[in-house]
Amino acid sequence: MKIAIASGKGGTGKTSLAVALLHANAERARLLDCDVEEPNCHLFLSHTVIGHKAVELLIPQVNPNLCKLCGKCVEACQFNAIAIAGNQVMIFNELCHSCGGCARICPHGAIQEFPVKIGELSQSRCKNEAELLTGTLEIGHASAPAVIKAAKKALPLQDVPFTLIDSPPGTACTFVAAVEDSDFVFLVTEATPFGLNDLKLAVEALLNMELPFAIIVNRIQSETNLITDYANQQGFPIWLQIPEDRHIAETYARGGNLLDVKPELKKVLRELLDRCQP
Amino acid sequence: MKINKPKELVVISGKGGTGKTSITAALAQCFSTKVLADCDVDAADLHLLMKVKSYKEYPFIAGHIAQINEEKCQNCGLCATLCRFDAITQTDNLYKISKQSCEGCKVCVDACPNKAIEWIESQTGVWKETYTEQGLMFHARLFPGAENSGKLVSHVREKAKQYAVSNQIPLILVDGPPGIGCPVIASVTGASAVLIVTEPTPSGHHDLERILTLTKHFRIPAYVIINKADLSDEFCTRIQETSEQFNSIIVGKIPYSPLFTEAQLLGKSILEVFPESNESKTIKSITNVMSHKMELQISRND
Repeated sequence: MKIAIASGKGGTGKTSLAVALLHANAERARLLDCDVEEPNCHLFLSHTVIGHKAVELLIPQVNPNLCKLCGKCVEACQFNAIAIAGNQVMIFNELCHSCGGCARICPHGAIQEFPVKIGELSQSRCKNEAELLTGTLEIGHASAPAVIKAAKKALPLQDVPFTLIDSPPGTACTFVAAVEDSDFVFLVTEATPFGLNDLKLAVEALLNMELPFAIIVNRIQSETNLITDYANQQGFPIWLQIPEDRHIAETYARGGNLLDVKPELKKVLRELLDRCQP
Repeated sequence: MKINKPKELVVISGKGGTGKTSITAALAQCFSTKVLADCDVDAADLHLLMKVKSYKEYPFIAGHIAQINEEKCQNCGLCATLCRFDAITQTDNLYKISKQSCEGCKVCVDACPNKAIEWIESQTGVWKETYTEQGLMFHARLFPGAENSGKLVSHVREKAKQYAVSNQIPLILVDGPPGIGCPVIASVTGASAVLIVTEPTPSGHHDLERILTLTKHFRIPAYVIINKADLSDEFCTRIQETSEQFNSIIVGKIPYSPLFTEAQLLGKSILEVFPESNESKTIKSITNVMSHKMELQISRND
């Protein structure tokens, strides 16, 4: 089953939790880092890279010898990625969504599509034998969802019962690309007004998508806090609360993970995955 | 002197949760005349630290999406073959377009031999003009899962700019989104300078390098703030080295401090609640440095 680890607000501890979950469930889980704009899981896992693969999008190119400057492609493009300047057609790669519409509509067959690299997948085996697959968006490209989708389609090194998906922050199209078709979502948040505000947005998105979820609260100062109040009122489950602890932050700053500070959480982190099963 | 082109300072971070919004709110206190813009359109939080007096809300129509008219559809499946976004699927012998996956490219609409696909205007969010004690703020809310966050970001920036020009305000202070993708590119292109809030952790450092590469690519001057600076000397040194490689200077270091969260719980910036703290003093000095670097001709609240 696929379990996404997501959050509205950034920096609430998604990556920390994803890495700790992989450590605690090494023999039965793999981890996809789908936070492709800023993939960070690899920094906290000793691993050996096994292979790389480019993620490409088809981007149009105009053959000036065939182009009659009719402007049909400009009209067809919904993303303002094509313009006519003087007597040539210009294509702005970074705005192109690779829909293929221009090549299809060109009456003169003057547009052909060519693959352009927009990202990379790298597959690793961690020291604990589990698989880590990292998706990375090329800097300067905007098509993060395409890299996320490619990461999710990659074949696993070996079949394991749980695929964990570290998702990007926010609630926009990148978040949707990462969490859609998951069987369960962990929403990681922190007990602050920002954490609550962004949690509500993420919950709204998941309810729209009809995905089951549980909340994990990080950096709590007390057992009752503004997240527990909200969750209780709405009837949403909270499965884990992690205390605010400078020691955890310092361990993270050294590249360590949650289980280094709190080894007793291993059992809880194993149960978290079991509880996702319907 | 007439202001035709207000300066635009964008606060970004690469990694999320490094303290962008808390620091933006504190900077807002320091600059006396400015327009505020929150470009983190899918998780906007700056308004939570502002005293809001009133606001106006407007729909944001970003484009269209495709919808199949079941009566006209002959189930030929051409649309599903052509769709590059896996948005069209067949269930129970009916083709359906997923609203969430449709990117609004119109290929299916133009291709359908039965003219069975409708092209519907789609509202992807709202944008707001909010009157706060810190002046006017432009912000937005992208509907959950909606496309075109970049267009909404550009719209918020454009509105802030129009207001700044017509009211002769020299500075637009922008709270940016995390990451390096579409909404970040839309937030920083053409800005006067960016202020990157990072933290001395493996991920903070890794993401700083990526965001500095991006700002270099777009030729935007970048300045760095290290938040939670006392968490790791080793990574502070690495951040220093990376910043030097990109010719960026570090304009301030702020310690790992509970004061930001305490102020946030009161719905205020750290400058309002703890004006005499070292954290607040550092932020004031950052304001001075940035005013100088950006050649801002405005007075500052001292």
